[in-house]
Amino acid sequence: MAQLGQPLSDYQRPHQVHFSPYDFNGGTVLAIAGENYALIATDTRLSQGFSIHSRESPKTYSLSENTVLGCCGFHGDVLTLTKTLGARLQIFEKEHNKPMPTPSVAAMLSTILYYRRFFPYYTHNLVAGLDEEGKGCVYSFDPVGSYEREVYRAKGSASAMLQPLLDNQIGGKNQQGYVVQPMPLDRCIAVVKDVFTSAAERDIYTGDNILISVITKDGLKSEKFPLRKD
Amino acid sequence: MSILAYNGAAIMAMKGKNCVAIAADRRFGVQGQTVSMDFDKVFEMGPNLFLGLPGLATDVQTVFQRLKFRLNMYELRENRRIKPKTFMSMVSNLLYERRFGPYFVEPVIAGLDPKTHEPYIASMDLIGCPMETNDFVVSGTCSEQMYGMCESLWEPDLEPDDLFETISQALMNAFDRDAVSGWGAVVYIIEKDKITKKFLKTRQD
Amino acid sequence: MAAPCVEQPKGGFSFENCARNSRLEQLGLKKPTAYKTGTTIAGIVFKDGVVLGADTRATEDTVVADKNCAKIHYLSDNIYCCGAGTAADTEMTTQMISAELELHRLNTGRKPRVATANRLLKQMLFRYQGYIGAALVLGGVDVTGPNLYSIWPHGSTDKLPYVTMGSGSLAAMATFEDRFKPDMNREEAMKLVRDAIAAGIFNDLGSGSNVDLCVITKDKVEYIRPHEIANQKGVKQGSYRYRRGTTATLSSEVKKIELDVFGTEVKHQPMDTQ
Repeated sequence: MAQLGQPLSDYQRPHQVHFSPYDFNGGTVLAIAGENYALIATDTRLSQGFSIHSRESPKTYSLSENTVLGCCGFHGDVLTLTKTLGARLQIFEKEHNKPMPTPSVAAMLSTILYYRRFFPYYTHNLVAGLDEEGKGCVYSFDPVGSYEREVYRAKGSASAMLQPLLDNQIGGKNQQGYVVQPMPLDRCIAVVKDVFTSAAERDIYTGDNILISVITKDGLKSEKFPLRKD
Repeated sequence: MSILAYNGAAIMAMKGKNCVAIAADRRFGVQGQTVSMDFDKVFEMGPNLFLGLPGLATDVQTVFQRLKFRLNMYELRENRRIKPKTFMSMVSNLLYERRFGPYFVEPVIAGLDPKTHEPYIASMDLIGCPMETNDFVVSGTCSEQMYGMCESLWEPDLEPDDLFETISQALMNAFDRDAVSGWGAVVYIIEKDKITKKFLKTRQD
Repeated sequence: MAAPCVEQPKGGFSFENCARNSRLEQLGLKKPTAYKTGTTIAGIVFKDGVVLGADTRATEDTVVADKNCAKIHYLSDNIYCCGAGTAADTEMTTQMISAELELHRLNTGRKPRVATANRLLKQMLFRYQGYIGAALVLGGVDVTGPNLYSIWPHGSTDKLPYVTMGSGSLAAMATFEDRFKPDMNREEAMKLVRDAIAAGIFNDLGSGSNVDLCVITKDKVEYIRPHEIANQKGVKQGSYRYRRGTTATLSSEVKKIELDVFGTEVKHQPMDTQ
């Protein structure tokens, strides 16, 4: 006979079932807005745990003539998100007979992300492109859609290594008598190559190659640059 | 939150041409709250030898005192200055003794050999695994940021004045992207005939 | 100064902080991680001896802490040992056993045997129930010929002609299973170990940088570090040297150091008689 206060022998207390739908596949993206260009760079390594899935998987996705999305984190969510975005942009283009401007892409991405507020896409996003005045623009997002326009931003596994150097070299932070002025594209590309080279030395999820995409009014140009392979 | 990040700290050391530099932030905080901005984390262990201790503040001071005692005993017994490498073994042994109940500090050592004036830097994890390098070492709550900065800024054979600029910029920009370190910084440039100690003007947030 | 600071080290592990540390953990503060050597280590027996190999990367979580650490440790003149796992444990364990072997050599007047080193290591690791996280590949040549062991953190050991350990052990073992054959010559053996370590370096994220090798034969040891720089450090596009005076300072203080006098000498000089 069950004693008072003692649970019945066949009674089970409610228990939680664990479900971990996310994974982290590494990768780093970096975007810089210039005076008349926007630059977005990514490494091409796709990894999980201690193994490499692909050495040729850039994490930038060109959404239109002058908008590129940088997207890393859980690759499954990256694929779904880019597919959804692509479809929405196509609908927009068919309805309005013009591609969506970059600031609007950013606003739409924010709503798409916030729509999943309680089961978010595990992705770090950057949108780079040209605004209505033809100036370079970069938008950075958190996984649930908070976003702001910035001049330079790094996201992903090596973001903590890249960001302070961008603060210093592009933002001129902590340098006495430094006048912040727009950076010429060639110097900008050199800085990007250097910060990725440094990150590849220290971050195990960053390596193999970088893909640098530059958006100007003449369209999109890409360049590849090798990194460490180990 | 990690115990190592409870009080917050950022320390790095770099090799230059016939000189070494060690730099640290000045914050003492309790998690998010800053308590003071003049906390010492770099200690002078000899004329040319410095020790940086980032980590749990109580252990920072205890480990320093214990090491100072062992160091004094060594120098009295041997009647000579300790070599940086020997001192590194001393730190390593102290920490590994507590392998199963460690002190929460990750030391950085910078100095010149007392006889040859050979530059020497090393760092350690909290159970005393030594790591000697020829370029730079970093330790603290913003180690990723510091690695990113040092890896790009450091170059071989920097003169003392250039080494000062490089280590200061590397440290400041790194801890500006960390919430629990910063609030002032101190840099020691160690040369064979003099020590230059400079306090940096940094962001106070 | 607090009284406990003036205590001579007694030797052996100290557990004085354990109670405090577990209390801190109960308060919800996470325990920090020590350096790990993600590691690919391997060894094979060949015709005249053994070849040991290792990568040179030490990681702290997903960050590379040391790009060129030495994972092949000295035990005695004829025995070396590769270490994987918690970096401090492999370092200190091999140091301790090395000292014991040296004492053993002085006491017996004989070259230590690999079996002796193996027994000392496994007994020590077994005593600590796996809490000392050292996974080792032990190799050497003694009076019985070439010997190769793998030792696990709990103290179990295997004596095999080819072994691998660490996070890159599968990549390395795949290379061995494909190409190992008994009684290889020295060049073949070195090439095979090099390829096994390289497989770990490129395919396992926990391993990287260079290949170190150690070739032990009956009367010679060659510790080749690095045997091959598998990954060249990236070359920078520009220089990031700052103009002097870039950094704002609040105060600056210079302390002169009196140089130690190691000896004085008085030279004979003729008296000035003019």
